[in-house]
Amino acid sequence: MSTMVSAPAGWEMVVGLEVHVQLRTRTKAFCNCSTEYGAAPNVNTCPVCLALPGALPVLNAHAVELATRAALALGCTVNPMSVFARKNYFYPDLPKGYQISQFDKPLAEHGRLKIGTNAEGTGITVGITRVHMEEDAGKSVHDRYAGATAIDLNRAGVPLIEIVSEPDMRSAEAAGAYLRTLKLILQYVGISDCDMEKGSLRVDANVSARRAGEVKLGTKTEVKNLNSFSNVERALALEFARQTELLERGGRVEQQTMLFDQARGVVRPSRTKEGSHDYRYFPEPDLPPLVLDAGFIERMQTSLPELPEARRSRFAGDYALGEYDVDVLTSSAELADYFEGVARQSGDAKAAANWTINGVLTALNASGDDIDAFRVRPADLAALITLVRDGVVGHSAAKQVFAEMVRTGDRPEQVAQREGLVRVDDDAALRGWIDEVLAEHPAEAQRYLAGEKKLQGVLVGFVMKKSKGSADAKKVNQLLASRAQG
Amino acid sequence: MSERRAARPPETSARGIAERVRDGDITAERAAREAFVRGDDARVGPDGLNALLWTDREATLDAARGHATESDFVDRGDLAGVPIAVKDNIATLTLPTSCGSRILEGYVSPFEATAVTRLRNAGATIVGKTNMDEFAMGSSTENSAFGPARNPRDRSRVPGGSSGGSAAVVAAGMVPIALGSETGGSVRQPAAFCGIVGVKPTYGRVSRYGLVAFASSLDQIGVFGATVDDAAIGLQTIAGRDVMDATSADVPVERYVEASGASLAGLVIGRPKEYFPDFLDARIREKCDRAFDAFRKLGAEVRDVSLPHTDLAIPVYYIVAPAEASSNLARFDGVRYGLRVPADGLAATYEATRSRGFGKEVTRRILLGTYVLSAGYYDAYYKKAQQVRTLIADDFREVFASGVHLLFTPTTPSPAFPLGAKADPYEMYMSDIFTATANLAGVPAMSQPIGAVDGLPIGGQLIAPHFDEARMFGAAYALEAALGAEALR
Repeated sequence: MSTMVSAPAGWEMVVGLEVHVQLRTRTKAFCNCSTEYGAAPNVNTCPVCLALPGALPVLNAHAVELATRAALALGCTVNPMSVFARKNYFYPDLPKGYQISQFDKPLAEHGRLKIGTNAEGTGITVGITRVHMEEDAGKSVHDRYAGATAIDLNRAGVPLIEIVSEPDMRSAEAAGAYLRTLKLILQYVGISDCDMEKGSLRVDANVSARRAGEVKLGTKTEVKNLNSFSNVERALALEFARQTELLERGGRVEQQTMLFDQARGVVRPSRTKEGSHDYRYFPEPDLPPLVLDAGFIERMQTSLPELPEARRSRFAGDYALGEYDVDVLTSSAELADYFEGVARQSGDAKAAANWTINGVLTALNASGDDIDAFRVRPADLAALITLVRDGVVGHSAAKQVFAEMVRTGDRPEQVAQREGLVRVDDDAALRGWIDEVLAEHPAEAQRYLAGEKKLQGVLVGFVMKKSKGSADAKKVNQLLASRAQG
Repeated sequence: MSERRAARPPETSARGIAERVRDGDITAERAAREAFVRGDDARVGPDGLNALLWTDREATLDAARGHATESDFVDRGDLAGVPIAVKDNIATLTLPTSCGSRILEGYVSPFEATAVTRLRNAGATIVGKTNMDEFAMGSSTENSAFGPARNPRDRSRVPGGSSGGSAAVVAAGMVPIALGSETGGSVRQPAAFCGIVGVKPTYGRVSRYGLVAFASSLDQIGVFGATVDDAAIGLQTIAGRDVMDATSADVPVERYVEASGASLAGLVIGRPKEYFPDFLDARIREKCDRAFDAFRKLGAEVRDVSLPHTDLAIPVYYIVAPAEASSNLARFDGVRYGLRVPADGLAATYEATRSRGFGKEVTRRILLGTYVLSAGYYDAYYKKAQQVRTLIADDFREVFASGVHLLFTPTTPSPAFPLGAKADPYEMYMSDIFTATANLAGVPAMSQPIGAVDGLPIGGQLIAPHFDEARMFGAAYALEAALGAEALR
């Protein structure tokens, strides 16, 4: 956080979050239009998502699968029957004049999410009130054409889930932890790319303040326009400070929508009166109730991959990795899979962790590539680790072999051979290099042979360089030492 | 008037036209041309019955010509060359789909209703779009933005509604089949008023894809036929599951024409007392009694039954239908298509567009529907209405579970009324008291002519259990044959 915001002491922050997540489907929720991001305006539209007269919605089965998996991953109970409902309001980017959502019978309820561990070592959990399915609206572009608003309906009808939490968070940091945990799980399960920049994850925060020790909740405000997790934390701190200062002065918090203004670093009231909307919800008559049989829910449950929390404890246990390594390696399902592939095939978890963190991640950060597109596959990295363990390639040569593997995608044996990086422990060859080094550096040679032992490192370095790292450093040391004594 | 229908040559029936086209006696183009001539003779256009709103003769004849060259399959279909008119709220590709409303005046749909596609695939030629009460809200076709339609039996009277135009073009002899739509009797009531057959299938029997929604949980495309056979051919062509409509049912579709000649021996026909109230016109009661006699003679048993919640149908209907309509009609906002009346700012543009675009009755129902869904009123109105709707549906379930196969009732409490006679909306709503129940319960029902009073046709209604259209058609065919020319007297 760039600015520290301080609130008066003696107050407790209470936060609940509403998170909208775009489901990773190929087509929209109720029609066959593509969900592709970044297409030319209004290209991904059809009679259904344009709300032409006579068009009808048909539910995307894949969206139901993803939503169900998300709900199960968040520990929710999936309702065997849920009901779509119309949320009615007029807006130009809402073609039907209503949004198809779920209201009193949502897809799933009563979940919980562990977001961390407190000082005593017990888990901090946040309750999930509900997960429901709905469709996205289109996009209004107000600043493109003078005096006019442009409408892009490519997003209209894109499938979303809304995840509503209980007001269980007590700090901005807890809200941040909740969001990061949630995002990680959704990414692990393959529900969504959770890319806030593309709008595939959006957060609204409900925040209120109460005196420490008070049980009753204070009046909440809803903070919107939050485009990153750090901005959520920042906006919560600002809004909490605003509320508590108001309360300290004997004022009252008005239930309203606040907008976070990133540029000015403030929260300010939204001009639209959210609370005055009457959405006139009623069951969507164009869609039958969504009935999910036990077999389907069971299939979705068993198809869930190992979730981050489980994977973390397994990595810590099975591979005896430290907390930092575990955190880094489980930061995405793909990275964790990669590491496990290397660990399994090399039989050396510690080396696999080191290489994945220091080699693979560094290379990926430099190139900006995705791990899926990384040229060194787990089997190749495992082979390199094996070569090092077997003494075929030395430690410093291995780094060069790896760099070359990253560049070419070739197998480590190939690279080591081609680049002359296979470890040389043949006495004759090593003596030859030592002789050359001593001849090329007569001054150092003389001083070393005269007993200046600390120069041994420098000379070994010259030998390693000459051998392009392939020389067996241990043996070079021995041979040099024997030369000095002899 | 009745002579005219009796004299209708059989070769203008759907079956007759299709046979002549399949046999190569006439081309589909010729069949379409003949339909336009019959329409001209009956003056179905704006200068006469005002039943037909939109036509494009050249394009239609071109399309009919195309059939012959394009596809042998279409040329051999059940409806080869049969001219069919379509209600203005069902999407067609070439003609406007304006729902009888200013707000959609001139709107041409880029896609076609599934029912229309199925008709065309069976060889039919769509000859025009028919007049209707705006957005199907009304019972007389007087609520059309394009002027009222008239009843071909008596031009001073209404053809019924909301599908009055479709009923009128069939009754006038232009086409043997027309599509209408029902939300609360909008096919059966005009069929009764015009002396033809009108069927509302089971909810889910026919795809609603391309039917502009009024009240989605009640809406169903229906079929008008000059005879039971015409209606049967029409319905069996359009019925069946459609992936584009999540509420369309995956229930096998029988060939309803095969119900012709079915024996009624052992059939139990219920006579629900609530449909024969004291205020029912005695002459209508008489025609119904004659129909019951005919059923008995055919071997059926007539049994007195009760559907105790019948009188709640109209109040329930006028909560549920406007509620859904208020939401369904929100899309007509002037943003993407149809009328836009520019004004200062967004809210003002919505207001100007919708105030100018919608007529009085539509506005009334949008307001009513918005009210009953509002916070604080939802439970008292919409929720309560849905509960009562369940009771109405249970009435039918129970009576059909008791061994009754079909119900028979009058279609309407009175014959066609004069234009302008029902200025009070409530009085107008009451003309649907015998028909709205089937929409609320989702069961199939149909009206057919069972006589005339002062030269005005009277309709009798058959109601069947869900998806039992075949048995309903069996009884309708038998009654039609038994009454013969009596059906028009």
